[in-house]
Amino acid sequence: MKYVLLIHQGDAPTPYEETWAQLSKDEQQEISKAYGEINQTPGVTPGVGLQHPDTATTVRVEDGQTLVTDGPFVAVKEALGGWFVLEADDLDAAIEIASRVPAARLGGGVEIRPVAEW
Amino acid sequence: MVGTTLEDTFRNEWGRVLASMIGFLGDFDLAEEAVQEAFAAASERWPRDGTPDNPRAWLVTTARNRAIDRIRRDRTLATKTRLLDAPLSTEDTLDDTTIPDERLELIFTCCHPALALDAQVALTLRTLGGLSTEEIARTFLVPEPTMAKRLVRAKHRIKATGIPFRVPPAHLLPDRLAAVLAVVYLIFNEGYGGRGELAAEAIRLGRALAELMPDEPEVRGLLALMLLNDARRDARFAGGAVVLLADQDRSLWDAGQIERGRGELERALALGGRGPYVLQAALAALHSDDPQDWAQIAALYGELGRITGSEVVELNRAAAIAEAGDVEAALELTEGLDLGGYHYLHATRADLLRRLDRVDDARASYRRALELVHSDAERRFLERRLAELG
Repeated sequence: MKYVLLIHQGDAPTPYEETWAQLSKDEQQEISKAYGEINQTPGVTPGVGLQHPDTATTVRVEDGQTLVTDGPFVAVKEALGGWFVLEADDLDAAIEIASRVPAARLGGGVEIRPVAEW
Repeated sequence: MVGTTLEDTFRNEWGRVLASMIGFLGDFDLAEEAVQEAFAAASERWPRDGTPDNPRAWLVTTARNRAIDRIRRDRTLATKTRLLDAPLSTEDTLDDTTIPDERLELIFTCCHPALALDAQVALTLRTLGGLSTEEIARTFLVPEPTMAKRLVRAKHRIKATGIPFRVPPAHLLPDRLAAVLAVVYLIFNEGYGGRGELAAEAIRLGRALAELMPDEPEVRGLLALMLLNDARRDARFAGGAVVLLADQDRSLWDAGQIERGRGELERALALGGRGPYVLQAALAALHSDDPQDWAQIAALYGELGRITGSEVVELNRAAAIAEAGDVEAALELTEGLDLGGYHYLHATRADLLRRLDRVDDARASYRRALELVHSDAERRFLERRLAELG
Protein backbone atom coordinates (compact mmCIF):
# COMPACT_ATOMS: atom_id res chain seq x y z
CA MET A 1 0.00 0.00 0.00
CA LYS A 2 1.01 3.58 -0.56
CA TYR A 3 0.78 6.05 2.32
CA VAL A 4 1.64 9.70 2.88
CA LEU A 5 3.01 10.36 6.36
CA LEU A 6 2.21 13.87 7.50
CA ILE A 7 4.50 15.24 10.17
CA HIS A 8 2.98 17.63 12.69
CA GLN A 9 5.63 19.22 14.89
CA GLY A 10 3.25 20.29 17.67
CA ASP A 11 5.50 21.19 20.62
CA ALA A 12 8.53 19.47 19.15
CA PRO A 13 11.64 21.66 18.92
CA THR A 14 12.46 22.58 15.32
CA PRO A 15 15.24 24.85 14.04
CA TYR A 16 12.57 27.59 13.74
CA GLU A 17 11.74 27.53 17.45
CA GLU A 18 13.63 28.93 20.44
CA THR A 19 13.34 25.52 22.05
CA TRP A 20 15.78 24.24 19.41
CA ALA A 21 18.64 26.34 20.86
CA GLN A 22 17.97 24.83 24.28
CA LEU A 23 18.86 21.38 22.98
CA SER A 24 22.45 20.22 23.19
CA LYS A 25 24.47 19.91 19.99
CA ASP A 26 24.25 16.12 20.39
CA GLU A 27 20.46 16.19 20.68
CA GLN A 28 20.17 18.44 17.63
CA GLN A 29 22.42 16.14 15.63
CA GLU A 30 20.51 13.09 16.78
CA ILE A 31 17.22 14.54 15.54
CA SER A 32 18.70 15.54 12.19
CA LYS A 33 20.27 12.12 11.84
CA ALA A 34 16.97 10.38 12.60
CA TYR A 35 15.22 12.37 9.83
CA GLY A 36 18.09 11.49 7.50
CA GLU A 37 17.63 7.81 8.32
CA ILE A 38 13.90 7.96 7.64
CA ASN A 39 14.67 9.40 4.20
CA GLN A 40 17.08 6.51 3.54
CA THR A 41 14.56 3.84 4.58
CA PRO A 42 13.52 1.50 1.76
CA GLY A 43 10.04 2.38 0.55
CA VAL A 44 10.35 6.03 1.59
CA THR A 45 10.21 8.82 -0.97
CA PRO A 46 11.25 11.95 0.93
CA GLY A 47 9.08 15.03 0.75
CA VAL A 48 10.48 18.55 0.70
CA GLY A 49 11.13 20.60 3.82
CA LEU A 50 8.61 23.26 4.77
CA GLN A 51 9.34 26.54 6.49
CA HIS A 52 7.61 27.36 9.78
CA PRO A 53 3.79 27.39 9.68
CA ASP A 54 4.03 31.15 10.48
CA THR A 55 5.10 31.63 6.89
CA ALA A 56 1.93 30.00 5.56
CA THR A 57 -0.61 31.94 3.51
CA THR A 58 -4.13 30.56 3.26
CA VAL A 59 -6.41 31.26 0.32
CA ARG A 60 -10.18 30.78 0.21
CA VAL A 61 -12.60 31.75 -2.50
CA GLU A 62 -16.04 32.87 -1.39
CA ASP A 63 -18.65 34.11 -3.87
CA GLY A 64 -15.91 34.49 -6.44
CA GLN A 65 -13.85 36.66 -4.08
CA THR A 66 -10.34 35.50 -3.31
CA LEU A 67 -9.68 35.85 0.42
CA VAL A 68 -6.12 35.73 1.58
CA THR A 69 -5.18 35.32 5.24
CA ASP A 70 -1.83 34.99 6.92
CA GLY A 71 -1.09 31.75 8.72
CA PRO A 72 -1.98 28.11 8.13
CA PHE A 73 -5.47 26.69 7.52
CA VAL A 74 -5.51 25.17 11.01
CA ALA A 75 -3.88 26.54 14.19
CA VAL A 76 -0.09 26.94 14.00
CA LYS A 77 0.43 24.10 16.49
CA GLU A 78 -1.68 21.76 14.38
CA ALA A 79 -0.15 22.79 11.08
CA LEU A 80 1.66 20.51 8.72
CA GLY A 81 5.43 20.46 9.27
CA GLY A 82 6.52 18.10 6.55
CA TRP A 83 5.69 14.87 4.80
CA PHE A 84 7.03 11.85 2.97
CA VAL A 85 5.59 9.09 0.85
CA LEU A 86 5.85 5.47 1.98
CA GLU A 87 5.31 2.25 0.10
CA ALA A 88 4.68 -0.40 2.75
CA ASP A 89 3.03 -3.81 3.11
CA ASP A 90 0.39 -2.70 5.56
CA LEU A 91 -0.58 -0.24 8.28
CA ASP A 92 1.60 -1.96 10.91
CA ALA A 93 4.69 -1.33 8.76
CA ALA A 94 3.67 2.32 8.35
CA ILE A 95 3.12 2.69 12.11
CA GLU A 96 6.61 1.33 12.69
CA ILE A 97 8.21 3.97 10.43
CA ALA A 98 5.98 6.72 11.85
CA SER A 99 7.10 5.89 15.38
CA ARG A 100 10.70 6.56 14.32
CA VAL A 101 9.97 10.13 13.18
CA PRO A 102 11.47 12.37 15.90
CA ALA A 103 8.40 14.68 16.01
CA ALA A 104 6.32 11.71 17.23
CA ARG A 105 8.27 11.47 20.51
CA LEU A 106 9.05 15.17 20.97
CA GLY A 107 5.54 16.51 21.42
CA GLY A 108 4.22 16.31 17.86
CA GLY A 109 2.60 13.50 15.93
CA VAL A 110 2.61 11.74 12.59
CA GLU A 111 -0.57 11.22 10.62
CA ILE A 112 -0.67 8.20 8.31
CA ARG A 113 -2.90 8.66 5.28
CA PRO A 114 -3.43 5.98 2.67
CA VAL A 115 -3.11 7.36 -0.84
CA ALA A 116 -6.28 7.24 -2.91
CA GLU A 117 -5.91 4.75 -5.76
CA TRP A 118 -8.16 5.37 -8.72
CA MET B 1 -24.70 -33.95 14.84
CA VAL B 2 -27.06 -35.68 17.22
CA GLY B 3 -28.62 -33.33 19.73
CA THR B 4 -27.29 -30.20 18.05
CA THR B 5 -29.72 -27.78 16.58
CA LEU B 6 -29.11 -25.94 13.37
CA GLU B 7 -28.84 -22.75 15.37
CA ASP B 8 -26.09 -24.18 17.58
CA THR B 9 -24.12 -25.25 14.52
CA PHE B 10 -24.46 -21.81 13.00
CA ARG B 11 -23.39 -20.15 16.21
CA ASN B 12 -20.37 -22.44 16.63
CA GLU B 13 -19.25 -22.28 13.03
CA TRP B 14 -19.94 -18.67 12.04
CA GLY B 15 -16.64 -17.20 13.32
CA ARG B 16 -14.52 -19.96 11.91
CA VAL B 17 -16.16 -20.05 8.52
CA LEU B 18 -16.08 -16.25 8.23
CA ALA B 19 -12.42 -16.05 9.30
CA SER B 20 -11.52 -18.63 6.71
CA MET B 21 -13.39 -16.73 4.01
CA ILE B 22 -11.76 -13.41 4.91
CA GLY B 23 -8.39 -15.14 4.75
CA PHE B 24 -9.29 -16.55 1.35
CA LEU B 25 -10.82 -13.41 -0.17
CA GLY B 26 -8.99 -10.66 1.67
CA ASP B 27 -12.23 -8.71 1.85
CA PHE B 28 -14.57 -8.45 4.86
CA ASP B 29 -17.74 -7.48 3.01
CA LEU B 30 -17.45 -10.04 0.27
CA ALA B 31 -16.65 -12.73 2.84
CA GLU B 32 -19.56 -11.82 5.08
CA GLU B 33 -21.98 -11.83 2.17
CA ALA B 34 -20.77 -15.22 0.96
CA VAL B 35 -20.95 -16.75 4.45
CA GLN B 36 -24.44 -15.37 4.94
CA GLU B 37 -25.53 -16.95 1.66
CA ALA B 38 -23.96 -20.27 2.66
CA PHE B 39 -25.78 -20.24 6.01
CA ALA B 40 -29.03 -19.35 4.26
CA ALA B 41 -28.53 -22.27 1.86
CA ALA B 42 -27.82 -24.56 4.80
CA SER B 43 -30.96 -23.60 6.65
CA GLU B 44 -32.94 -24.41 3.52
CA ARG B 45 -31.23 -27.67 2.58
CA TRP B 46 -30.12 -29.33 5.80
CA PRO B 47 -33.60 -29.84 7.23
CA ARG B 48 -34.65 -31.31 3.87
CA ASP B 49 -31.58 -33.36 2.85
CA GLY B 50 -30.04 -33.93 6.28
CA THR B 51 -27.05 -32.25 7.92
CA PRO B 52 -23.82 -33.07 6.04
CA ASP B 53 -21.17 -35.16 7.79
CA ASN B 54 -18.87 -32.18 8.03
CA PRO B 55 -21.01 -29.05 8.35
CA ARG B 56 -18.02 -26.71 8.50
CA ALA B 57 -16.48 -28.03 5.29
CA TRP B 58 -19.89 -27.81 3.61
CA LEU B 59 -20.32 -24.20 4.73
CA VAL B 60 -16.82 -23.13 3.66
CA THR B 61 -17.13 -24.86 0.29
CA THR B 62 -20.55 -23.34 -0.33
CA ALA B 63 -19.37 -19.88 0.76
CA ARG B 64 -16.33 -20.12 -1.51
CA ASN B 65 -18.44 -21.14 -4.48
CA ARG B 66 -20.91 -18.34 -3.81
CA ALA B 67 -18.06 -15.83 -3.63
CA ILE B 68 -16.54 -17.16 -6.84
CA ASP B 69 -19.90 -16.95 -8.62
CA ARG B 70 -20.26 -13.46 -7.39
CA ILE B 71 -16.80 -12.50 -8.65
CA ARG B 72 -17.49 -14.08 -12.04
CA ARG B 73 -20.61 -11.97 -12.26
CA ASP B 74 -18.68 -8.88 -11.33
CA ARG B 75 -15.27 -9.03 -12.89
CA THR B 76 -14.18 -5.61 -11.75
CA LEU B 77 -14.44 -6.85 -8.20
CA ALA B 78 -11.84 -9.49 -8.95
CA THR B 79 -9.23 -6.84 -9.49
CA LYS B 80 -9.80 -5.66 -5.95
CA THR B 81 -9.36 -9.00 -4.26
CA ARG B 82 -6.68 -11.63 -3.95
CA LEU B 83 -8.72 -13.92 -6.16
CA LEU B 84 -7.16 -12.87 -9.46
CA ASP B 85 -4.82 -15.83 -9.59
CA ALA B 86 -6.92 -18.19 -7.49
CA PRO B 87 -8.47 -21.26 -9.03
CA LEU B 88 -12.00 -20.38 -9.99
CA SER B 89 -13.79 -23.50 -8.95
CA THR B 90 -13.95 -25.89 -6.07
CA GLU B 91 -16.05 -28.78 -7.27
CA ASP B 92 -15.36 -31.04 -4.32
CA THR B 93 -16.23 -30.33 -0.76
CA LEU B 94 -13.12 -29.18 1.05
CA ASP B 95 -11.58 -31.51 3.56
CA ASP B 96 -11.65 -30.17 7.12
CA THR B 97 -7.86 -30.40 7.36
CA THR B 98 -7.45 -28.04 4.43
CA ILE B 99 -9.48 -25.31 6.10
CA PRO B 100 -7.08 -23.27 8.20
CA ASP B 101 -8.39 -21.86 11.47
CA GLU B 102 -7.93 -18.13 10.97
CA ARG B 103 -9.96 -16.87 13.91
CA LEU B 104 -6.82 -15.50 15.56
CA GLU B 105 -5.96 -13.46 12.48
CA LEU B 106 -9.54 -12.22 12.55
CA ILE B 107 -9.60 -11.16 16.20
CA PHE B 108 -6.26 -9.35 15.94
CA THR B 109 -7.59 -7.51 12.92
CA CYS B 110 -10.83 -6.58 14.67
CA CYS B 111 -8.97 -5.34 17.76
CA HIS B 112 -6.33 -3.34 15.89
CA PRO B 113 -5.51 -0.08 17.73
CA ALA B 114 -6.19 1.94 14.58
CA LEU B 115 -9.90 1.16 15.11
CA ALA B 116 -11.91 2.99 17.76
CA LEU B 117 -12.66 0.87 20.82
CA ASP B 118 -16.43 0.80 20.21
CA ALA B 119 -15.75 -0.33 16.64
CA GLN B 120 -13.39 -3.05 17.91
CA VAL B 121 -16.07 -4.34 20.27
CA ALA B 122 -18.85 -4.28 17.66
CA LEU B 123 -16.71 -5.92 15.00
CA THR B 124 -15.53 -8.67 17.35
CA LEU B 125 -19.11 -9.48 18.37
CA ARG B 126 -20.29 -9.45 14.77
CA THR B 127 -17.49 -11.44 13.13
CA LEU B 128 -16.33 -13.86 15.81
CA GLY B 129 -19.40 -13.97 17.97
CA GLY B 130 -21.82 -14.13 15.09
CA LEU B 131 -24.23 -11.70 16.76
CA SER B 132 -26.49 -9.86 14.36
CA THR B 133 -26.20 -6.10 13.96
CA GLU B 134 -29.60 -5.80 15.60
CA GLU B 135 -28.50 -7.84 18.63
CA ILE B 136 -25.32 -5.77 19.08
CA ALA B 137 -27.31 -2.55 18.74
CA ARG B 138 -29.80 -3.68 21.39
CA THR B 139 -26.97 -4.69 23.73
CA PHE B 140 -25.28 -1.30 23.55
CA LEU B 141 -28.56 0.61 23.53
CA VAL B 142 -27.97 2.34 20.23
CA PRO B 143 -30.35 2.42 17.26
CA GLU B 144 -29.71 -0.36 14.74
CA PRO B 145 -28.83 2.00 11.86
CA THR B 146 -26.17 3.60 14.08
CA MET B 147 -24.63 0.22 14.82
CA ALA B 148 -24.86 -0.79 11.15
CA LYS B 149 -23.03 2.38 10.18
CA ARG B 150 -20.37 1.74 12.82
CA LEU B 151 -19.74 -1.75 11.44
CA VAL B 152 -19.64 -0.58 7.83
CA ARG B 153 -17.17 2.18 8.73
CA ALA B 154 -14.94 -0.18 10.67
CA LYS B 155 -14.82 -2.68 7.80
CA HIS B 156 -14.14 0.11 5.33
CA ARG B 157 -11.39 1.44 7.56
CA ILE B 158 -9.65 -1.95 7.76
CA LYS B 159 -9.51 -2.11 3.99
CA ALA B 160 -8.70 1.54 3.29
CA THR B 161 -5.93 1.89 5.87
CA GLY B 162 -4.32 -1.48 5.19
CA ILE B 163 -4.82 -3.10 8.61
CA PRO B 164 -3.23 -6.54 8.10
CA PHE B 165 -5.14 -9.81 8.50
CA ARG B 166 -2.55 -11.68 10.55
CA VAL B 167 -1.32 -12.59 14.00
CA PRO B 168 1.13 -9.80 14.94
CA PRO B 169 4.85 -10.57 14.93
CA ALA B 170 6.55 -11.24 18.28
CA HIS B 171 7.64 -7.64 18.97
CA LEU B 172 4.07 -6.34 18.57
CA LEU B 173 2.31 -9.30 20.16
CA PRO B 174 2.30 -8.26 23.84
CA ASP B 175 0.65 -4.88 23.10
CA ARG B 176 -1.78 -6.27 20.55
CA LEU B 177 -2.75 -9.22 22.70
CA ALA B 178 -3.44 -6.83 25.57
CA ALA B 179 -5.82 -4.94 23.25
CA VAL B 180 -7.63 -8.17 22.30
CA LEU B 181 -7.98 -9.21 25.94
CA ALA B 182 -9.24 -5.73 26.85
CA VAL B 183 -12.02 -6.01 24.24
CA VAL B 184 -13.07 -9.45 25.48
CA TYR B 185 -13.06 -8.27 29.10
CA LEU B 186 -15.04 -5.17 28.18
CA ILE B 187 -17.66 -7.39 26.54
CA PHE B 188 -17.71 -9.52 29.68
CA ASN B 189 -18.16 -6.54 31.97
CA GLU B 190 -20.98 -5.18 29.82
CA GLY B 191 -22.64 -8.51 30.48
CA TYR B 192 -21.62 -8.78 34.12
CA GLY B 193 -23.75 -5.73 34.95
CA GLY B 194 -26.82 -7.78 34.10
CA ARG B 195 -26.90 -8.87 30.47
CA GLY B 196 -25.84 -12.47 30.95
CA GLU B 197 -25.75 -13.39 27.29
CA LEU B 198 -22.85 -10.97 26.72
CA ALA B 199 -20.87 -12.46 29.60
CA ALA B 200 -21.46 -15.89 28.08
CA GLU B 201 -20.30 -14.57 24.71
CA ALA B 202 -17.12 -13.15 26.27
CA ILE B 203 -16.42 -16.51 27.92
CA ARG B 204 -16.89 -18.25 24.55
CA LEU B 205 -14.38 -15.82 23.01
CA GLY B 206 -12.03 -16.40 25.96
CA ARG B 207 -12.28 -20.16 25.48
CA ALA B 208 -11.56 -19.86 21.77
CA LEU B 209 -8.52 -17.69 22.51
CA ALA B 210 -7.24 -20.16 25.09
CA GLU B 211 -7.63 -22.94 22.55
CA LEU B 212 -5.80 -20.93 19.88
CA MET B 213 -3.02 -19.58 22.14
CA PRO B 214 -2.67 -22.34 24.72
CA ASP B 215 0.67 -21.10 26.05
CA GLU B 216 -0.26 -17.48 26.78
CA PRO B 217 -0.78 -17.19 30.54
CA GLU B 218 -2.71 -13.93 30.31
CA VAL B 219 -5.25 -15.54 27.95
CA ARG B 220 -5.83 -18.32 30.50
CA GLY B 221 -5.81 -15.72 33.27
CA LEU B 222 -8.60 -13.75 31.61
CA LEU B 223 -10.65 -16.91 31.02
CA ALA B 224 -10.18 -17.91 34.66
CA LEU B 225 -11.15 -14.43 35.84
CA MET B 226 -14.34 -14.43 33.76
CA LEU B 227 -15.33 -17.94 34.84
CA LEU B 228 -14.79 -17.17 38.52
CA ASN B 229 -16.67 -13.87 38.47
CA ASP B 230 -19.50 -15.19 36.33
CA ALA B 231 -19.93 -18.16 38.70
CA ARG B 232 -21.09 -15.71 41.37
CA ARG B 233 -23.56 -13.86 39.16
CA ASP B 234 -26.74 -15.25 40.73
CA ALA B 235 -25.59 -14.28 44.23
CA ARG B 236 -24.60 -10.70 43.40
CA PHE B 237 -28.04 -9.15 43.53
CA ALA B 238 -30.94 -9.63 45.91
CA GLY B 239 -34.13 -7.56 45.89
CA GLY B 240 -32.54 -5.09 43.47
CA ALA B 241 -29.60 -4.36 45.78
CA VAL B 242 -25.96 -5.35 45.42
CA VAL B 243 -24.93 -8.10 47.82
CA LEU B 244 -21.36 -7.84 49.09
CA LEU B 245 -19.20 -10.90 48.65
CA ALA B 246 -19.12 -11.57 52.40
CA ASP B 247 -22.92 -11.63 52.55
CA GLN B 248 -23.53 -13.68 49.41
CA ASP B 249 -25.43 -16.96 49.57
CA ARG B 250 -22.69 -19.37 48.54
CA SER B 251 -25.21 -22.03 47.56
CA LEU B 252 -26.07 -19.76 44.63
CA TRP B 253 -22.51 -19.93 43.31
CA ASP B 254 -21.86 -22.22 40.36
CA ALA B 255 -19.40 -24.62 41.98
CA GLY B 256 -18.55 -26.43 38.76
CA GLN B 257 -17.68 -23.19 37.02
CA ILE B 258 -15.55 -22.07 39.96
CA GLU B 259 -13.62 -25.33 39.63
CA ARG B 260 -13.13 -24.75 35.90
CA GLY B 261 -11.94 -21.22 36.67
CA ARG B 262 -9.47 -22.52 39.23
CA GLY B 263 -8.24 -25.07 36.70
CA GLU B 264 -7.53 -22.33 34.14
CA LEU B 265 -5.79 -20.28 36.83
CA GLU B 266 -3.57 -23.25 37.77
CA ARG B 267 -2.53 -23.58 34.15
CA ALA B 268 -1.82 -19.85 33.86
CA LEU B 269 0.35 -19.94 36.98
CA ALA B 270 2.12 -23.07 35.74
CA LEU B 271 2.98 -21.14 32.57
CA GLY B 272 4.70 -18.55 34.76
CA GLY B 273 1.89 -16.00 34.45
CA ARG B 274 2.05 -12.99 36.76
CA GLY B 275 0.31 -10.43 34.56
CA PRO B 276 -2.74 -8.34 35.45
CA TYR B 277 -5.37 -10.90 34.37
CA VAL B 278 -3.63 -13.79 36.12
CA LEU B 279 -3.38 -11.71 39.31
CA GLN B 280 -7.03 -10.67 39.11
CA ALA B 281 -8.04 -14.30 38.58
CA ALA B 282 -5.92 -15.34 41.57
CA LEU B 283 -7.70 -12.66 43.61
CA ALA B 284 -11.11 -13.87 42.41
CA ALA B 285 -10.13 -17.42 43.43
CA LEU B 286 -8.96 -16.25 46.86
CA HIS B 287 -12.23 -14.38 47.28
CA SER B 288 -14.10 -17.65 46.65
CA ASP B 289 -12.28 -19.36 49.52
CA ASP B 290 -13.94 -19.72 52.90
CA PRO B 291 -12.43 -18.38 55.09
CA GLN B 292 -10.57 -15.89 52.93
CA ASP B 293 -6.84 -15.34 53.34
CA TRP B 294 -6.96 -11.55 53.61
CA ALA B 295 -3.21 -11.10 54.15
CA GLN B 296 -2.52 -12.87 50.87
CA ILE B 297 -5.31 -10.97 49.15
CA ALA B 298 -3.75 -7.69 50.32
CA ALA B 299 -0.32 -8.80 49.08
CA LEU B 300 -1.72 -9.70 45.63
CA TYR B 301 -3.52 -6.35 45.37
CA GLY B 302 -0.13 -4.80 46.16
CA GLU B 303 1.46 -6.70 43.28
CA LEU B 304 -1.40 -5.82 40.93
CA GLY B 305 -1.19 -2.16 41.95
CA ARG B 306 2.52 -2.05 41.14
CA ILE B 307 1.90 -3.44 37.63
CA THR B 308 -1.13 -1.35 36.77
CA GLY B 309 -0.43 1.81 38.78
CA SER B 310 -4.16 1.81 39.53
CA GLU B 311 -5.45 3.68 42.55
CA VAL B 312 -8.66 1.64 42.46
CA VAL B 313 -6.51 -1.44 43.10
CA GLU B 314 -4.90 0.41 46.02
CA LEU B 315 -8.37 1.05 47.38
CA ASN B 316 -9.10 -2.67 47.21
CA ARG B 317 -5.80 -3.33 48.97
CA ALA B 318 -6.90 -0.99 51.74
CA ALA B 319 -10.15 -2.93 52.15
CA ALA B 320 -8.20 -6.21 52.30
CA ILE B 321 -5.79 -4.80 54.90
CA ALA B 322 -8.79 -3.84 57.01
CA GLU B 323 -10.25 -7.34 56.67
CA ALA B 324 -6.86 -8.75 57.66
CA GLY B 325 -7.28 -6.79 60.91
CA ASP B 326 -5.51 -3.45 60.58
CA VAL B 327 -8.35 -0.95 60.07
CA GLU B 328 -6.19 2.06 61.05
CA ALA B 329 -3.57 1.23 58.43
CA ALA B 330 -6.31 0.75 55.84
CA LEU B 331 -7.82 4.16 56.60
CA GLU B 332 -4.42 5.78 56.37
CA LEU B 333 -3.86 4.18 52.95
CA THR B 334 -7.14 5.64 51.66
CA GLU B 335 -6.03 9.17 52.71
CA GLY B 336 -3.39 9.26 50.00
CA LEU B 337 -5.67 8.21 47.12
CA ASP B 338 -6.68 10.71 44.48
CA LEU B 339 -10.12 9.19 43.94
CA GLY B 340 -12.34 11.92 45.37
CA GLY B 341 -14.96 11.56 42.63
CA TYR B 342 -15.25 7.80 43.01
CA HIS B 343 -18.12 6.62 45.21
CA TYR B 344 -16.32 3.42 46.26
CA LEU B 345 -13.59 5.50 47.96
CA HIS B 346 -16.17 7.18 50.18
CA ALA B 347 -18.13 3.98 50.74
CA THR B 348 -14.95 2.16 51.76
CA ARG B 349 -13.83 5.00 54.02
CA ALA B 350 -17.29 5.15 55.57
CA ASP B 351 -17.09 1.47 56.40
CA LEU B 352 -13.60 1.82 57.90
CA LEU B 353 -14.67 4.86 59.98
CA ARG B 354 -17.74 2.95 61.18
CA ARG B 355 -15.52 0.12 62.35
CA LEU B 356 -13.33 2.62 64.22
CA ASP B 357 -16.49 4.00 65.93
CA ARG B 358 -16.07 7.39 64.26
CA VAL B 359 -19.81 7.53 63.57
CA ASP B 360 -20.06 11.20 62.50
CA ASP B 361 -17.21 10.86 60.01
CA ALA B 362 -18.70 7.60 58.74
CA ARG B 363 -22.07 9.27 58.18
CA ALA B 364 -20.45 12.13 56.22
CA SER B 365 -18.58 9.63 54.02
CA TYR B 366 -21.76 7.61 53.28
CA ARG B 367 -23.49 10.85 52.29
CA ARG B 368 -20.64 11.76 49.95
CA ALA B 369 -20.76 8.27 48.43
CA LEU B 370 -24.53 8.62 47.91
CA GLU B 371 -24.01 11.90 46.08
CA LEU B 372 -21.69 10.18 43.61
CA VAL B 373 -23.34 6.78 43.11
CA HIS B 374 -25.16 6.03 39.82
CA SER B 375 -26.48 2.50 40.19
CA ASP B 376 -29.78 2.06 42.06
CA ALA B 377 -28.64 -1.26 43.50
CA GLU B 378 -25.56 0.40 45.00
CA ARG B 379 -27.64 3.31 46.24
CA ARG B 380 -30.02 1.06 48.15
CA PHE B 381 -27.05 -0.70 49.75
CA LEU B 382 -25.48 2.60 50.89
CA GLU B 383 -28.80 3.96 52.19
CA ARG B 384 -29.26 0.86 54.31
CA ARG B 385 -25.76 1.17 55.74
CA LEU B 386 -26.30 4.84 56.54
CA ALA B 387 -29.61 4.06 58.26
CA GLU B 388 -27.94 1.37 60.34
CA LEU B 389 -25.60 4.00 61.80
CA GLY B 390 -28.65 5.57 63.47
